[in-house]
Amino acid sequence: MDLQIALLLGQDGIVNGAIYALLALALVLVFAVTRVIYIPQGEFVAYGALTLAAFQAGKTPGTLWFLLGAGVLVAVIDTVIAVRAGALGRMKRIVLWNLAYPAVVAGLVLGLEPAKLPLVAQAALSLVIVVPLGPMIYRLAFQPLAEASVLVLLIVSVAVHTAMVGLGLLFFGAEGSRTTPFSEAQFTLGTLNVNGQTLWVIGSSIVLIIALYQFFGRTLYGKALRATAINRVGARLMGISTTMAGKLSFTLAAGIGAFSGILIAPITTVYYDTGFLVGLKGFVAAIIAGLVSYPLAAAGAILVGLLESFSSFWASAFKEVIVFTLIIPVLVWRSLTSHHVEEEE
Amino acid sequence: MKQRLPLLVFLALLAIGPSVLPEFYITLLNYIGLYAIVAIGLVLLTGVGGLTSFGQAAFVGLGAYTTAYLTTAHAVSPWLTLLIGLTVTAAVALILGFLTLRLSGHYLPLGTIAWGLSLYFLFGNLEFLGGHTGLTGIPVLGLFGFELHTGREFYYLIWLVLLGAVLATQNLLDSREGRAIRALKGGGLMAESMGVNTARTKIVIFLIAALFACVSGWLYAHLQRFVNPTPFGLHIGIEYLFMAVVGGAAHVWGALVGAGVITILKQWLQDLLPKLLGQSGNFEAIFFGILLVLVLQRARDGIWPWVVRLIPIKAAQRVVAEAEPLPHREMPALGTVLLEVKDACKRFGGLVANNNMSLTVKAGEVMALIGPNGAGKSTMFNCISGVDPVTSGEVRFIGERIDHLESREIARRGMGRTFQHVRLLPTMSVLENVAIGAHLRGSKGVLSASLRLERAEEARLLAEAKRQLERVGLGEHLFDEAGSLPLGQQRVLEIARALCADPCLLLLDEPAAGLRYLEKQALAELLRKLRGEGMGILLVEHDMDFVMGLADRVVVMEFGEKISEGLPEEVQKDPVVLEAYLGGVE
Repeated sequence: MDLQIALLLGQDGIVNGAIYALLALALVLVFAVTRVIYIPQGEFVAYGALTLAAFQAGKTPGTLWFLLGAGVLVAVIDTVIAVRAGALGRMKRIVLWNLAYPAVVAGLVLGLEPAKLPLVAQAALSLVIVVPLGPMIYRLAFQPLAEASVLVLLIVSVAVHTAMVGLGLLFFGAEGSRTTPFSEAQFTLGTLNVNGQTLWVIGSSIVLIIALYQFFGRTLYGKALRATAINRVGARLMGISTTMAGKLSFTLAAGIGAFSGILIAPITTVYYDTGFLVGLKGFVAAIIAGLVSYPLAAAGAILVGLLESFSSFWASAFKEVIVFTLIIPVLVWRSLTSHHVEEEE
Repeated sequence: MKQRLPLLVFLALLAIGPSVLPEFYITLLNYIGLYAIVAIGLVLLTGVGGLTSFGQAAFVGLGAYTTAYLTTAHAVSPWLTLLIGLTVTAAVALILGFLTLRLSGHYLPLGTIAWGLSLYFLFGNLEFLGGHTGLTGIPVLGLFGFELHTGREFYYLIWLVLLGAVLATQNLLDSREGRAIRALKGGGLMAESMGVNTARTKIVIFLIAALFACVSGWLYAHLQRFVNPTPFGLHIGIEYLFMAVVGGAAHVWGALVGAGVITILKQWLQDLLPKLLGQSGNFEAIFFGILLVLVLQRARDGIWPWVVRLIPIKAAQRVVAEAEPLPHREMPALGTVLLEVKDACKRFGGLVANNNMSLTVKAGEVMALIGPNGAGKSTMFNCISGVDPVTSGEVRFIGERIDHLESREIARRGMGRTFQHVRLLPTMSVLENVAIGAHLRGSKGVLSASLRLERAEEARLLAEAKRQLERVGLGEHLFDEAGSLPLGQQRVLEIARALCADPCLLLLDEPAAGLRYLEKQALAELLRKLRGEGMGILLVEHDMDFVMGLADRVVVMEFGEKISEGLPEEVQKDPVVLEAYLGGVE
């Protein structure tokens, strides 16, 4: 291996690491706020990427039907609950978010011919379809079980993942897709060729991380999420709705996931089940951080990205084995540094 | 006999199955059997123990690949490869267990996801394991000169192994070790205080689940006679968990029902869905995913409880046989200093909960620890019993320093305790809850429990539990669910549980709370009797009539410090105490 290859691999590793960092942040966020170990995070990556790819191929993405269907389902359930509780005042919100919004999105997608739109508009449309799926899934799968144990929530999480991968296959088929890059530019830094998409990925990851930091530090909703993460009961007593916190964290996670998908779609071919492995690598990073620390999770993600790109050079067949075995020394280190007998929930 | 009828009918149907059913159904039943063996392990691990693994398919793969490789490449006997496979699986499970089980509950499943993926990729990429095409030509299994060529012949072996696993698991759960396993979910801290090594118990059930999976893999390899990585991937590992949860994760037979339902549904959906949707793929996954979410939301106990309602199943045991009493600990002589706490401090971050606390308890005396709410009495209890060790200072028990021992080690030395907030296993019977207290007085392990070789010891443990329950006045409630008792009686149950350990020092945290007047008198009578037998009792209690009528000496705490100590009548007159309780006169 010479320096050039090392630099190239390093660049690859950092690009992947940046994506894993975003996903790790989302995973830490969701776990801290809702105690859900969010396995379906990866599916949002695939849905984001493949929805964009479908637009570019001139097809109507299946995720649109998912949005409409999930919206109707949520609306029906919430209406029944509202009617039983005699709280008809909720109806306006229920109809607006679960029926009117998906209908408007569907109107846009079907009326606009997205294939002819500029890339930014296509990406925005993809986000508009995929992101609301996050809170809808929270509503349907997790909210009724919000007080269950971490273990039950994890099993639900895996079940949702399984269903979403199956739906992904139904919507997008078994073939992989790539999208056109955000930028065709090429730069030369010494002996290293850097393409525009790389800078896009790294740049947007940094921007997003800073934005999240500001959100948690400076906004009321960000602080509400942090409060819920630290003490659910206490936050509730202060008037923070844990349902709101759950939906908000799932919305953010879905946004991060779908956006990550849109970022990587031009670099790698994305298949309906690609998201799982990508999401799990985010998990390895999040576990390095003990599922609590954001900066450690980001650092872990870069480590995972680098490990992956260098092991794909030395032992490409064992790339995944090496990355997922990394979790073992991490767990050893975690188990040596944590000392407490705790009562299971 | 009548109660066993459904089981006998089921066994009879199983036995005649191969002679009447067509090939297709035999194959289906074989697969259900193989899957159910794995799912039983998950019932033990997830449904009963409250841990989980998504990587069981990888353990199945270890069993299958070990025999596939050794029998094809080195012509080793399949029966020997079973042993080798079990050894390899045990080693891997032990390593993984040691790494993850000490951490919070969710690291184990995450670790198993990662390990399930790693092993799957490893199977697919190792040359000597045939890569993604796998290994073929695995020899036929021979048994006493009889060769199992067809699925019809193999059927009996699979179902015998499965029924053996069901029986062994049921036996295990109904034993001393089984009670420890059942205490893991929601009673870990209590079980530790009763002497159960919960970390070890967790590793044991993880190991058992892995070994069941390995056996299933070994059977699979010799049934199919070829292996490739596909059936050992993570999504199959997830499917095993679905089977356990859908069937009823807390019931051994639920594993069988779950394996049956999921396997048949899968078969049916794999035919139906591609026709319906016009394309091929694993669309049954969508259905299973949604099904599982609904099961967990609507019927968390799975299908088995419904099945039970339809067929009469053997009722729980209703008599406790008489048995020879367990040997007793030699009690220290009256007046021996049992417990000596010196300058104990306990800090939680910046909060000082106990500051320079000192007290002693002698054999044959009742020492009361009183003080206003929040004075630090229960913290003191947790420091003494090792639940939450002191930050600094010394705790001695019969002369030995115990301040850095685990609570189970302290329990072994003869200290019993109850909890301020009752810690019981509400769905277990009163008798079984109390028998957990006798955990350290038995020694028979998992293997003898599975094979029912520990019945003599078990009878003695249950008889002891019954004796203690009768002693505290709960003799009528032996087979009631512990959670159905009123709170006051649950506290009394905790005393019986502590007594079951044959302690020489008893720590009682508000034992009289929630009791009626007559019940309090009976409790006081019991404590006097225990004192007369030479037991030392340290008592936290708010009912002053109860305390003052019973205690030999009293220590008063406020804000984490001792403010007074002496005979009951002295303490009652102490102006510092009066101020703490009633407020000063300005």
